[in-house]
Amino acid sequence: MATSSAAVQGVAIATPQRHAPNRWPLYVMAVVLTLFFILPIYLIAIAAISTPAEISAFPKALYPRQISLDTLLFFLRFPGVVPSMINSVAVALLTLVLSTTIGAPAGYGLARFVFRGRDAFKMLILITRAFPIAILAVPLAVSFINWNLYDTVLAVALVHTTLALPTTVLITSSIFLAVPYDLEEAAWTLGCTPIGAFTRVALPLAIPGIAAASIFTFVLSWNEVFAASILTVQNRTLPAQMLSTLSNSPLPYRFAGGFVLIVPSLVFIFLIRRYLLSMWGRVVK
Amino acid sequence: MAEILIERISKTYAGGKTPAVDDVSLTIRDREFMVLLGPSGCGKTTLLRMVAGLEYPDAGRVLIGDHDVTDLPPRKRHIAMVFQSYAVFPHMTVLDNIGFGLKMQHRPPGEIKSRVEKAAGLLQLEPYLGRFPAQLSGGQRQRVAVARAIVMEPAVLLMDEPLSNLDALLRLQFRAELKKLVQEIQTTTIYVTHDQVEALSLGDRIAVMRSGHILQVDRPMTVYDHPATEFVGSFIGNPPMNFLRVGVSRGDGFARVAIGGQNLQAPPAIANSGDSDVLMGIRAEYIQASHANGPTPDGFEADALVVEPLGSHLLITASVGDQLLKVVTRADFDVQPGQRLHLQPEIDKIRWLRTSDGMVIGV
Repeated sequence: MATSSAAVQGVAIATPQRHAPNRWPLYVMAVVLTLFFILPIYLIAIAAISTPAEISAFPKALYPRQISLDTLLFFLRFPGVVPSMINSVAVALLTLVLSTTIGAPAGYGLARFVFRGRDAFKMLILITRAFPIAILAVPLAVSFINWNLYDTVLAVALVHTTLALPTTVLITSSIFLAVPYDLEEAAWTLGCTPIGAFTRVALPLAIPGIAAASIFTFVLSWNEVFAASILTVQNRTLPAQMLSTLSNSPLPYRFAGGFVLIVPSLVFIFLIRRYLLSMWGRVVK
Repeated sequence: MAEILIERISKTYAGGKTPAVDDVSLTIRDREFMVLLGPSGCGKTTLLRMVAGLEYPDAGRVLIGDHDVTDLPPRKRHIAMVFQSYAVFPHMTVLDNIGFGLKMQHRPPGEIKSRVEKAAGLLQLEPYLGRFPAQLSGGQRQRVAVARAIVMEPAVLLMDEPLSNLDALLRLQFRAELKKLVQEIQTTTIYVTHDQVEALSLGDRIAVMRSGHILQVDRPMTVYDHPATEFVGSFIGNPPMNFLRVGVSRGDGFARVAIGGQNLQAPPAIANSGDSDVLMGIRAEYIQASHANGPTPDGFEADALVVEPLGSHLLITASVGDQLLKVVTRADFDVQPGQRLHLQPEIDKIRWLRTSDGMVIGV
């Protein structure tokens, strides 16, 4: 882990030095881009913690004049919101467990074993993301109806697992690459079976990174709306529920809902940004 | 306590053009300290890893204490290994690191405790038992790695360049400690290094390797004094052995060699060999240097080019004809670059080698 963070720092330091003479346009662009993404989030956030009356007022305030939980409570009391939140959490947790138990061993294999077609396999994993989910969702819906899985939490979790696996595999493989092979070999010479060396040495050292990967998975599942909308009717996840009710619901509902959806993702991505950077660094290389 | 028998073992890595280890046989006697010495890429680490069971040989067998272990995984070979990178487990304390192997053997806690304490004592690690490796210096981490290996009381102790990651001063100190330690524990040991000083100071015997082959296996001073090939002579010793290319002239039952136009007596084996050129190998410290005072039958003259005072002695680089050689003299020998020297090699320390393949000519 230390090496990957050092590499990331190295890049961060090296880039401005290389562009030292004319780096201010870069900064301007960075600020503009950041504002482009931050501003809507900020506006949603202040709306969500204002009173419902304040939200409908015009002109809009750029800061909360009066902090209130009324808007959020209004949203939570709205029919179908709390059950769909529970569904969302259940789907996300199930996705997390499935993709970690399937993806982490695959990542370990990619990190440890040299086999014919390893690089091609890595590319193939990413290519699964190239299929638009719209193309996958309809045949999946048909299959799930046949298997009596349609409109269940498990069905959505299975699709989300498929979506999450590429990143899980690539992140965990970069994490296991950072665990020196020597340590496992040392464990073998000290009496461990290969599985024992994995569980006693490699896995404990990889746990922080795997946790980061699983948070990423959680966020992915929490935000996914398309597959969830197509594969459920009654048991909606929160994004699917909101999508189906958004067009005919009041403004406070929309702002509060947006806020509830955004916050977990932001927090989690902030926590794992270090691991994401190291992952992309390796994939690019 | 076990003899190691390596029988005609070979290994070529996937994608490698030449074998890393090529048909190597070696016997390491019970309780012997064997050093595998050679430049990087000579196959010494591969050979060690095949004894450990971390690499599987393409051909050949490994026997430890009369048991064929070729097909056994590392955990069933009664070995312990010290890695170049230390390979101490970062998520365990020193105590847990040292006790890891015993725990894997399901030893009773009391026995683990007493054996760990004994091993920690041997390596002066008692004050650090509760610490994590990140809180230790490189030298201390290496001590943990050694303690973790010897606590197993293995039949065979394998060490892969254990000192190479330490800084120079620490390396010197730990080398002496390691020597004392292995004398105490009396375990059959294979020690891999590229450092010829380490090899000379630690080994009961040294196996010198190059390009996947063993060139010579002998006691350290034998390897030093009687190198089997030119490569061994130049790889071991600092400065390396001098090898002068000399022309042979023969009379009735005797031979002379010519160095820079000066004649020197040669042994009968040279007279019988039939080579027109031979290599004369002589160590820098076995050459007696004095100021030139006319030719002698057992010496030759050379010009001092570089004079380097090294504290305990003087290192002179001299030229004879178009060849260079190194001479070590007493520190108080008064010589300036450009002066002509008389050099007298000790006749019984001269080695004669063929120019064609660098192999020694039997004398």
